[in-house]
Amino acid sequence: MRLVPWLYLGAAFVFIYLPVAALVLFSFQESNLPVPPFQGPSLRWYADILGDDDVMQALAHSLMVAAGSSAVACVLGFFAAYGLARHVLPGSAFLRGLLIAPLTVSYLIVGLGLLIVIQRAGLGLSLMTAGVGHVVINLPLCFAIIYASMGAQQQNAERAARDLGADEFRVITLVTVPMLAPAIAAAFFLSVTLSWDEFIISFLLTRFDVTLPVEIWSMLRSGLSPRLNAIGSIVFLVSVTAVLILEILVFRKRRP
Amino acid sequence: MSRSAEQRRGWGFVAPALLWTLAFFVLPFAVMGAMSLATLEGRTLVWGLSLANYAELAEKAYLWRAIMVSLEITVTVTVVSVVLAYPLAWIIAFRVPARWQRLALLLAILPFWTSYVVRSYAWLLVLAREGVVNQTLMTLGLISEPVTLANTRFATVTGFVHFFVMLLTLTIYANLIQLSPNYRRAAMDLGASAFQTFRHVILPLTLPGIVTGAFLTFVLCIGDYVTPQILGGNTELTVPQVIMVQLGRRADFPLASALAIVLMAIVTVVYLLSARWLKLDRL
Repeated sequence: MRLVPWLYLGAAFVFIYLPVAALVLFSFQESNLPVPPFQGPSLRWYADILGDDDVMQALAHSLMVAAGSSAVACVLGFFAAYGLARHVLPGSAFLRGLLIAPLTVSYLIVGLGLLIVIQRAGLGLSLMTAGVGHVVINLPLCFAIIYASMGAQQQNAERAARDLGADEFRVITLVTVPMLAPAIAAAFFLSVTLSWDEFIISFLLTRFDVTLPVEIWSMLRSGLSPRLNAIGSIVFLVSVTAVLILEILVFRKRRP
Repeated sequence: MSRSAEQRRGWGFVAPALLWTLAFFVLPFAVMGAMSLATLEGRTLVWGLSLANYAELAEKAYLWRAIMVSLEITVTVTVVSVVLAYPLAWIIAFRVPARWQRLALLLAILPFWTSYVVRSYAWLLVLAREGVVNQTLMTLGLISEPVTLANTRFATVTGFVHFFVMLLTLTIYANLIQLSPNYRRAAMDLGASAFQTFRHVILPLTLPGIVTGAFLTFVLCIGDYVTPQILGGNTELTVPQVIMVQLGRRADFPLASALAIVLMAIVTVVYLLSARWLKLDRL
């Protein structure tokens, strides 16, 4: 009986890691099919995709969109949080609700709405439009994370700075931002992870230049391939790295 | 600083985010609503206040079927995920030693952070005809012919459950760990069995965490296009898949918009039903 919890934990981990293990293991497959039996290890498919211009370009696009949209979302989210936490505004509960609202709507619907407006306005689709969509979905998270960490402690430091003659700009750059750095960084890396992995908005809102998940999607049409395993493993590795950075930031913050 | 100047300054800080949300979220949403009331005549779009697209949902069997398929899959996924995640969260919270808990939790949800596309593809590797499961079963001699696992509802549900077990483990763990151990001790002291303690003390106290996680699961699951498209194949279509078909082949934006509004309506109903226990701000 005492073993049951540990068996359950083990079984859960097998279930959780089975697809990841299959993905990573068969990315080192020698032959053309990423299925058992395993033959290898071989770096053939990594060499293959690293030499593939389309894939490498899509990867660069993904990094650009992720970094750009996350930076914009963090800046907008920070200012909105500062405005709402430090100033008494009429209807502030409604404003908070409005800023958080995109979280409750599925990405498909956010993308569809933007697609309709962009087409009606006669504008073209590009990485920029996908980036705009990513800001829409990440802004609520950035706002919520930064708003939640704006406590009385920072406010006292801000008041002290103001009493000592600092103007608003100095208060923000010298007091508020440094004190909130862990929260801002956490918001940024969370956004990067979500944007990096996001598919449906990018799929709807890009045309010629695409992001990596969209490129993977179009490669999927030709079925199982070790190339896809290799790209998928790289995508997973990047996400995990961002999450580990996030974890370290949040974990550090909790320690006194 | 006077009150109004102070307010103006506050608005200045909020304005950029507010305008962004209004321009790129509220406006598109309103246009989508209007679009759902427009109609297509041939290839030209006619704006209006027609309920024709909504009437089509009731008239055309495949549209109605898609709504049912989406609901069936989403409810199955939500229930199975809660049932599987609860014990996992429990074990991590109460059986794993405190210093290893954070690591165990991090590991348990690490694959959560892969894109839908990559995760679904990875499940395809596992479930395909020549895939890991079939090959293993055949090597063990348990089956002689490969079993069809991919391109079925089973595959879609498996892919979803994998994702949402991780999400729910996180929300339920967060809830369990906040419980004071005194509740359990008190129940035990008063003579409750382990099961009674769970049923009458722990379960009611963790209901908000369960409902919050289940709500998120419902919302994300019913709106996802990738998982059913890659793992379910085209044997049966969910609402997001039908929306994408309307956008692609037929460029029928009005019908796609109406379907999107229906999805929103379903989510709103579920939100209202679970609002009593939802603690979205505690996430």
